[in-house]
Amino acid sequence: MSPLLFLDILIGGLMMGGLYALIAVGLSLQYGVARVLNVSHGEFIMLGAFATYSLYILFGINPLLSLVVSGPIVFIIGFLIHRTLFKRLRRLSQSLDAFEGSSLLASFGLLFIIQNVALLIWGSNVKGYSYLSKPVNFFGAVYAANRLVALLFAILIGIVFYFFLMRTRMGKAIRAAAQDVTTAQLMGVNIHWVLGLCFGFGALLAGLAGSLTSMMFDVTPLMGFPYTIIAIIAVVLGGLGNILGSLIGGLILGLIGNIVMYIHPGLSLIAYYLIFLLLLLIKPTGILGK
Amino acid sequence: MIHSAKFLRLLSVLILIILFALVPRYARPYTIISLTSIFMYIVLTVSWALFSGPTHYISLASAAFFGIGIYAAAILGQKLPLPLVIFSGGFISFLLALLVGLSSLRLRGMYFTIFTFGLSELIRHFIQWWEVNETGTVGRWVIQVDPKVVYFAMLSIVLMTLVVAYFIKRSKFGLAIRGIGESEEAADHIGINVNAMKIITFAISTFFMGAAGATMATRWTYIDPSIAFNPLYSFTPVLMAIFGGMGQIFGQALGATVLTLLADMLLTKFPYYYMLLYGVILIIVILFLPNGLVGLKHEIKLWLRGMRQRYENT
Amino acid sequence: MRILEGKGIIKNFGGLTALASVDFHIEPGEILGLIGPNGAGKTTLFNLISGSLVPTSGTIKFKGENITGLKPHRICRKGIARTFQLVKLFGNMTVLENILLGGLFGPSTGSPRSHTKKACLDLLEFVGLSEMKENLAKDLTIVNQKRLEAARALATKPELLLLDEFMAGLNPTEVALAIELIKKIRNLGVTIIMIEHVMKVIMDVSDRIVVLHHGEKIAEGTPEEIAADQMVIDVYLGT
Repeated sequence: MSPLLFLDILIGGLMMGGLYALIAVGLSLQYGVARVLNVSHGEFIMLGAFATYSLYILFGINPLLSLVVSGPIVFIIGFLIHRTLFKRLRRLSQSLDAFEGSSLLASFGLLFIIQNVALLIWGSNVKGYSYLSKPVNFFGAVYAANRLVALLFAILIGIVFYFFLMRTRMGKAIRAAAQDVTTAQLMGVNIHWVLGLCFGFGALLAGLAGSLTSMMFDVTPLMGFPYTIIAIIAVVLGGLGNILGSLIGGLILGLIGNIVMYIHPGLSLIAYYLIFLLLLLIKPTGILGK
Repeated sequence: MIHSAKFLRLLSVLILIILFALVPRYARPYTIISLTSIFMYIVLTVSWALFSGPTHYISLASAAFFGIGIYAAAILGQKLPLPLVIFSGGFISFLLALLVGLSSLRLRGMYFTIFTFGLSELIRHFIQWWEVNETGTVGRWVIQVDPKVVYFAMLSIVLMTLVVAYFIKRSKFGLAIRGIGESEEAADHIGINVNAMKIITFAISTFFMGAAGATMATRWTYIDPSIAFNPLYSFTPVLMAIFGGMGQIFGQALGATVLTLLADMLLTKFPYYYMLLYGVILIIVILFLPNGLVGLKHEIKLWLRGMRQRYENT
Repeated sequence: MRILEGKGIIKNFGGLTALASVDFHIEPGEILGLIGPNGAGKTTLFNLISGSLVPTSGTIKFKGENITGLKPHRICRKGIARTFQLVKLFGNMTVLENILLGGLFGPSTGSPRSHTKKACLDLLEFVGLSEMKENLAKDLTIVNQKRLEAARALATKPELLLLDEFMAGLNPTEVALAIELIKKIRNLGVTIIMIEHVMKVIMDVSDRIVVLHHGEKIAEGTPEEIAADQMVIDVYLGT
C-alpha cells in the first residue's frame, strides 16, 4: 500500500474519528457521571443538525456561527430532561444497578419521543444543504473543505472543553464526581447540579457534533441511532466511565470505519458491532478501563 | 375440598381455555387475528420474564430469537409441515441461546444488556448483508397459512409457555433462579450450578420466542430483516412485563394483554404519533408503575390506608 | 485421615502475592482457628478452599480427594460449606426459602422434598430462627442474619464448615451465644475452620490455631502454644 494511500485513509479516518470522539465524550459524561447510558444520545446529534439546517435554510445563518445557537439549545433540553426524568428516576431506584437498567429503558422511550417529534416537525424526507463543499488539497490528498473545517472545529471544541474540565471549578467538580460521586458530595460538590450539567454537556457535545455533520451529510430524523451505536462502542472501548478513553475510542472507531470502507463498504456497521461484542466478551473494561 | 380456591381457579382456567378454543367458530376474523396477536405478546413477555425477571439480567435480544423463528418459517415453510416448522423455530433459537449464554452470561448487569442488544442488531445487519450479497434477495415470501390454524397454534404455544413458566416458578429450579438473582456467589456456594442454570433457563425462554416467531411469520406475507428483527420486539416485552407487574405470571400476561390492545388502538387512531405515545407510556410506566398494574392494587390499598389515618387524626 | 489438606498453596494477583506457599491440614472433628492481621491472606485461603478462587499453584485435598480448582457448587456437594465476612443472603426471599435452597441443592444425595423441608425446619429450630421463618432475610438483625447463613450452610450437609469472621459486629452477649452455637455445630460432627479477630473467642473455642502473616504461615499449634509464641506476639503487638 502506498504511503500516500495510507495517509489518506488515516486522515480520512481521523476526520470522522474527531466527530466520533466528541460524541463519545458526550456519552461518557452522561454515563460516567450521571450513570445514564443514554441511547437517545444520537437524537441530540440529530437535533443539533436540524437546528443548524433550519437556521441556514430559513435565515441564511452560517453553519459554523449557528453552533453558538444550536449548542445551548440542545444543552438546555438535555439539562431539563435530566432534571425532570433521570433525577426523579434516581431517587426512585433502589440500587445503582436498578437505576442503570431503568434509565436505559427510559432513554429508549426518549429516543422514540424525540424521533417522532422530529418526524412531525420536519417530515421524513432527507434534507441537506451545501456549505464549503469545495475540494481542498491537504497533504497531497483531496478532501472537501467542510470536512477539514469540521475536524478543526471538533479539535477546537475538544480543547475548550479540556480547559473547562481542568481549569474551572465546575470542571473540577465534574471530574471529582466522575471518580466518586459520594466522596465528591462529601467534599461539598452540589451533586444534583453536577449530574444535570454533565448530562447537559453530553447533549451539548452531541448537538455541536450534529451541527458539524450537517455540513457534510444528509439530515433526517432517523440519522441519530447509528451515531449512538458508535458512541456506545467507543465508550466501552475506552472503558466505561473513562472520559479520555472514550475520546480515544472514538478516534479508533473512526480509523477502523475508514479502513473497513476501503475493503468492503457495506460492512462498516457490522464491523462495529462485531468489535463491540468481542470487546465485551474479551475485555469489557476497555482499553483504559478501571 | 371440591370447593377449595385451588379447584375453582383450575376450573376457571379450563373454562377460559374452552372459550378460547371456540373463538374461531363464532368470532369475526378481526377478533381471531387480534387474539392471536395478544397470545403472541403474552408468549414474548412471559418467556422474557422467565429468565430476566428473577435474575435481573435484562435481555434485549428477544427480537433476535423471535426473528430467527420468523426466518425459520420463511425458509422451511415450504418443505416442512407447520408443527415441525414451529418446533424448528424454537429449537434453532434454543441452540443460539445456548451459544450466547455460554459466552455472555459472565457479564454483569449493564454489560449483559447492551451485549444482548448489540447481538440482536448484529444479527439483523448480518442477515441483511447476507441476503443481499449472498442469497441475492432483500426479503422473502412466507407460505400462507389459514389464520384459524395460526390462532390454534398460537393458543397452544401460549398455553405451553404459561404452564412451563408456572411449573418452573413453583419448582426448586424456580427457587434457585430467584436465589441467583439475589446473590450468585451465595447460590454457587450452596450447591447450585449457577452458570448451567442461567444458560438453560435463558435458552428455554428463547425456545418459546422462536416458536412464536415461526407461527406468526405467515402474518406478514413478505418479510425482511428489518421486519423480523425489529428491535421493538426486544423491549416491548420488557415494557409489558414492567407495566403488568414483573413478579407474577398473571401480571406479565395482563401487561401484555392491556398494552397490545392499547397499541392496537393507538396505531389505528394515531398512526403519526404512535412512537411518541409509545415512548411516553414507556417512561410513565418506568416512573410511576415500578410494580406494575398488579402492584397498583397494593399501592392503592396503602394510599387508602394513609388517607384513612389522616382522616381519623383530624 | 485428615479431612482437609493443603500443600504449597500459592496465590498471586497480578504482581501481588496473597499467599506464599502455605501448608495446612485439618483433623476431622476439630475446630481450627485461622488468625492473622488484616491482609494476611485468611479470606483468600477460604476462597481457595471453597472454590471462589483457583490457586496459582499447590493442591488442596478433601478427604484424600484432590479438589483444587473445582467450581464452588461442586465443592459444596462434596461436603464443604462456608459463611461470608459480609453476609450473603437471598435478601428478598424468606428465611425458610433461604435455608430450603441450601437443603435442596447442597447435599450430595437427594431426598424427597418433604424430608428436606422437615430437615430445614429442624435446622431453623437448631439455630433459633423458627419464629422468623416467613420473614424476609433482609429484614433480620445482623445476629439473625449470621445465624441464617450458618443454618443455610448446614442445610447443605457439610462435613467441613468455613466460618469467616462469624463474630464481627456482635456484642459480648451475642458473641457468647455464637460460641455456644459453634460448639453445638461441632457436636453434630462438623469440622470447623474459623477466621476470627476476637482473640478471646479463638483461644476459647479452637482446638488448634494457624497464624498467617503477609501470606505465610508463621505459627501453628494449640492456643497455649500460640499465646506463648514470640513471633505471634510481635506480629500482633508490633515491635
